[in-house]
Amino acid sequence: MTQTGTQSMTGQQAMTGARMVVQALKDQGVDVVFGYPGGAVLPIYDEIFQQNDIRHILVRHEQGAIHMAEGYARSTGKVGVALVTSGPGATNAVTGLVDALMDSIPIVVLSGQVPTFMIGTDGFQEADTVGITRPCTKMNWLVKDTADLAATIHQAFHVSRSGRPGPVLVDIPKDVQFATSDYVVKEKIKVSHYQPKLKGDIDQITRLVEMLETAERPILYTGGGVINSGPAASQLLRELAEATGFPVTSTLMGLGAYPASGKNWLGMLGMHGLYEANLAMHGCDLMINIGARFDDRITGRIKDFSPTSRKAHIDIDASSINKVIRVDVPILGDVGHVLEDLLRIWKSRGRKVNKDGLAKWWKQINEWRAVKCLTYTNSTAIIKPQYALERLEALTKGMDRYITTEVGQHQMWAAQFLGFEGPNRWMTSGGLGTMGYGLPASIGVQIAHPEALVINVAGEASWLMNMQEMGTAMQFRAPVKQFILNNERLGMVRQWQELLHGERYSQSWSESLPDFVKLAEAFGCKGIKVSDPKDLDEAIMEMIRYDGPVIFDCLVEKHENCFPMIPSGKPHNEMLLGDADTQGVIGAKGAVLV
Amino acid sequence: MSPLNIKQGSTSHSAYDLRDPYAEVIEAHTLAVIVDNEAGVLARVIGLFSGRGYNIDSLTVAEVDHTGHRSRITIVTRGTPQIIAQIKAQLARIVPVHEVHDLTEEGPSVQRELALFKVVGRGEHRIEALRLAEIFRAHVVDSTLESFVFEMTGTPEKIDSFAELMRPLGLREIARTGVAALSRGV
Repeated sequence: MTQTGTQSMTGQQAMTGARMVVQALKDQGVDVVFGYPGGAVLPIYDEIFQQNDIRHILVRHEQGAIHMAEGYARSTGKVGVALVTSGPGATNAVTGLVDALMDSIPIVVLSGQVPTFMIGTDGFQEADTVGITRPCTKMNWLVKDTADLAATIHQAFHVSRSGRPGPVLVDIPKDVQFATSDYVVKEKIKVSHYQPKLKGDIDQITRLVEMLETAERPILYTGGGVINSGPAASQLLRELAEATGFPVTSTLMGLGAYPASGKNWLGMLGMHGLYEANLAMHGCDLMINIGARFDDRITGRIKDFSPTSRKAHIDIDASSINKVIRVDVPILGDVGHVLEDLLRIWKSRGRKVNKDGLAKWWKQINEWRAVKCLTYTNSTAIIKPQYALERLEALTKGMDRYITTEVGQHQMWAAQFLGFEGPNRWMTSGGLGTMGYGLPASIGVQIAHPEALVINVAGEASWLMNMQEMGTAMQFRAPVKQFILNNERLGMVRQWQELLHGERYSQSWSESLPDFVKLAEAFGCKGIKVSDPKDLDEAIMEMIRYDGPVIFDCLVEKHENCFPMIPSGKPHNEMLLGDADTQGVIGAKGAVLV
Repeated sequence: MSPLNIKQGSTSHSAYDLRDPYAEVIEAHTLAVIVDNEAGVLARVIGLFSGRGYNIDSLTVAEVDHTGHRSRITIVTRGTPQIIAQIKAQLARIVPVHEVHDLTEEGPSVQRELALFKVVGRGEHRIEALRLAEIFRAHVVDSTLESFVFEMTGTPEKIDSFAELMRPLGLREIARTGVAALSRGV
């Protein structure tokens, strides 16, 4: 970095904007960037070429770069970084940005822009990137002066990882990349006024402690905020659950914060959540929401959501509190910090819980558990998707395993049938529901954890949306396993059409599917096809043993529905457990909802 | 009016929040938002309102601290107490937003708007318009033999009433700035 840099009078180093970008990334501890070059970022790519500290992963489409950065961020807890060019490069990134915004994933996206003097002239590959991405990011910046560039990138990392994490974008015109100015080290930038409060209000925490001491039917409802808060928060959650004996459920985003093997674990809640989890939410008298956001997939009909409970909500984002569900005890702060104070206060007051109430509550929960809501009818002739996931779980349990998913039925089955023992092991598009997320995300995870077993549980329709990224997996020797549950249908769409639209299956077939084994060969990786349940175990083992990317085409039952299911517009206690329950249960009002 | 003689939806006369939090009463609130005066900040604020379906009755913005590059955005909005709380929380989490004040909730405030009225007419109408302008303390800032431009500062209600009176007297055009507001006292 010092070959061409010159020391200025102030001791700062003068360098080009392009070099500043690389230097700032290094100073921020970035070791990998996912990106795609183009005219407006050529100076930055020239700098990347001339160094070895930052690895560049060349993607096949910019959406892939963003999802890879997300996979990297979610599996490491660090900020993911992507680099795209102006115009189409930036617009291709938009879906990934919104995905990261909805799921609170810290990523920094750097985009090229036409030179400042051309902005507004409809130049080649010009787009109003900051305008387009303003509602898609936590914050974005157009840097018009090289002198501001380094500080802006440092601030971008600060904003991305602070408070409720999220995506940020820095748009850098090409002339700003060429011009020279002094580099500002990250320790020297002006302290940002953006400093979200981490400690919760002690009075409110004490109120919550008083409530949990007497609660007869408490439940811990946990979300992605526990994982975003860091490993310590997951540890504190476990301590809280074990010490109080309270049952724990989690949103799709929070799986792994409390271990699936833990004795207080009720499984996931929500639209396709477990019977015991949803009924416990419905019947509880104290709901403690830890880093979740009362999403509509969780609450069902608002008016009937958990009608008998007092509710506490721990969240670092004030706008999440009282947004959908009014709560009795709002606690604004970081999950880890708040749980630490909560446990300390609870212990100092004598570790009281309502033992009799809890015993009765668990008795009730165990009755709900006895329903065994995940039961399905297995077959010896055809692979049931649930069976495929049960076998995948059994054969990979205990391995250093990371799971990503696409979006749809397979995603819900994966959430139901795979168990997560720790945080940062489960990467799925929750808020935005982005089909095409899983393959690139799995590559991002694999790049961060080269030795781990990374499996993308996919549906064939979602998987096709970003399948070009198999080229990336091959080029960078990322041995990702693409576990495709192939029902030749858009399974979740088909399920809704069956239940809500009179079995009129409009456009929900996957016609003209490729031969996935040949497709694997075309990419130069391994393809495995299995259709007989007898062969499944051996095929999965072959997939795991193969040293390289695998496309696993698992032909499954085509008409399987995902249960349990809370139909849109229904409360938690009206869930459907199986096909027999589905006749005429969803009214016109429910059909309007998604 | 409630039996306690407190205006519905108002907390400014009591130390306690006397509103029923579940009441779906629509309230108008005046918010003062202090922001970094940087490119795109107004778009962020407006985008929040349009993107989340909130209302803007009026909005004014100008830099108020030239050395610190801070602007003050005054927004009059309306919604249920829950919506208003949500608007404030959403505004506060925009990164370049420094402070959000709810002037309606934080105590008494002064709210003023400036308006210009072009009134065209001759004879009796013209004399009547001038007489009413005096009563309303509106100033004549432009005059021809057939027209006046009146300038008036006041509450939005006062401007509304003056406009009503001018309408039959030849009101042609109105330009209004939107509300600027400050809390009373120190």
